[in-house]
Amino acid sequence: MRVVVDLAVCQGYAQCAFLAPDAFRLNGTEGLMYQPNPSGDLRRAVLRAVAACPVQAISTDAAVPAATDASVPAARAGDAR
Amino acid sequence: MPGKSRAQRIVIVGASLAGLWGAATLRKEGFDGVLTIIGDENDPPYDRPPLTKQVLTGWVAPDHTVLPHLEPLGDTRWLLGTPAAHLDRRAGEVVLADGTRVPYDLVLIATGVRNRPWPVDEQATLGGVCGVRTRGDAARLIGHLEAGVSRVVVIGAGFTGSEVASACRHRGIDVTVVEQAQAPLTGALGGVVGDVAANLHTTNGVDLRCGVTVDALEGSGGTFRAAALSDGTTVDADVAVVALGGMRNTEWLADSGLASGPLGVAADAGCRAVAVNGLVTDDVFVAGDVARFAHPLFDYQFLTLEHWENAVVGAQVAARNMICAPEDRRPHACVPTFWSTQFGVNIKSVGVPSLADQIIVTQGSTGAGSFAAAYGDCDGRIVGAVTFDHGRWIDHYRGLIERAAALPEPYDADLPDKPEPARFPPHPAATYHGPTVVVTGHSPTRMDAVRLPDGRSARDY
Repeated sequence: MRVVVDLAVCQGYAQCAFLAPDAFRLNGTEGLMYQPNPSGDLRRAVLRAVAACPVQAISTDAAVPAATDASVPAARAGDAR
Repeated sequence: MPGKSRAQRIVIVGASLAGLWGAATLRKEGFDGVLTIIGDENDPPYDRPPLTKQVLTGWVAPDHTVLPHLEPLGDTRWLLGTPAAHLDRRAGEVVLADGTRVPYDLVLIATGVRNRPWPVDEQATLGGVCGVRTRGDAARLIGHLEAGVSRVVVIGAGFTGSEVASACRHRGIDVTVVEQAQAPLTGALGGVVGDVAANLHTTNGVDLRCGVTVDALEGSGGTFRAAALSDGTTVDADVAVVALGGMRNTEWLADSGLASGPLGVAADAGCRAVAVNGLVTDDVFVAGDVARFAHPLFDYQFLTLEHWENAVVGAQVAARNMICAPEDRRPHACVPTFWSTQFGVNIKSVGVPSLADQIIVTQGSTGAGSFAAAYGDCDGRIVGAVTFDHGRWIDHYRGLIERAAALPEPYDADLPDKPEPARFPPHPAATYHGPTVVVTGHSPTRMDAVRLPDGRSARDY
């Protein structure tokens, strides 16, 4: 899965780091570091962290229909026409 | 055109943060036509801020920062690995470097910036000389760090250079940072805060050399060995990280008739591109690092902001304005926000500190490296704020900036109650256009402005 945290919104409450320590951790007292592409076995923990974030700073593609994968980039521009 | 735009073909040039967010916003706002995204890198849109943080420290692999699709992008055509070479506005086509022509009704320019390379080619190509902009750059740098190095020299102590130095120290690697100004982060945050940043470097074991420049990168056998500094000293190192900022990717627009150049692509507050003659276009929009837009909150000055938040919000505003009714368009007027994590300290800023003359520490202690400070312009209005490990206060300062409030007094009783000079370096004079723009025509109502191609004289017009 893919994760992005809006660090302008994040206030370092660290709920995510408690609930999904393999995907989120604090660097110092309030600087968040996270796994943008956590492995599948972290999915449940990451989704709990998303739900628990007091400022809702964490977004994932978990709710986006799988059909999105049809738009995975082509390697080259050869099929442009 | 009344009501919803009837555009059927939208092309986004740039497949990074702003391009992806623009695409997601177009779909979210109901655009169901043909969407094409053009990117020069082969990779799908990935996030760059982690590259100098959790990637460089080794926790996250360089290819594990792919950005999520937060909206279904539907039938979207991705043209990756070939840069755009021209924008043919008369034909309504983006022309790729391989000659492919991609027609558009509306186009969003989000080509961002690239790393400013070391200016001397034969030194820049020495083994061990790196930049950090792309995931490939990060992978190469990590390869060097993990191969075992005696010392890394970082050229430039802006945010990127400081984060690289922090990651090196995290790995226990000796690092020398060379900065032209008197302290790190001075261009963005001024000398008062720069002194705090300098202390952060030195207490974390960085060999910080300020007020000097690198004269030459020296090598032997094609490999970097040492940096010769302007003060006559030499720093022996195996790796040189060039962190001299970015260059905006506008060269491909040189013959487009847009007001573009080294400072970016000019746009109005609604992200519509401005043409060479100063008129706003209606089918070309700009977002992200490459956009130079008039900001209503800062006296309509044209600002370029290389911030994550600016790319996201600018792309959202631009995409919405592309397809909504003209009377529903909104300005990209949000207060700029920025963050950095280095040496375990969370740095946040809001507003545009570099527009300030004065600074006042309002909370905490600069000596302890944990504080908030507000920046004021010459009229005493707050124009920015910065926090070191005081991030929860940033929204408070944002509110003051949004209301154009007066520079606040300190909230902590023991702080000096008078602002001091913020000590920003003088802004270097930068030319907007490479080639000259000239006004043509004789009758006052029939005049126009055109950009002279290289080697042409004004007499040709």
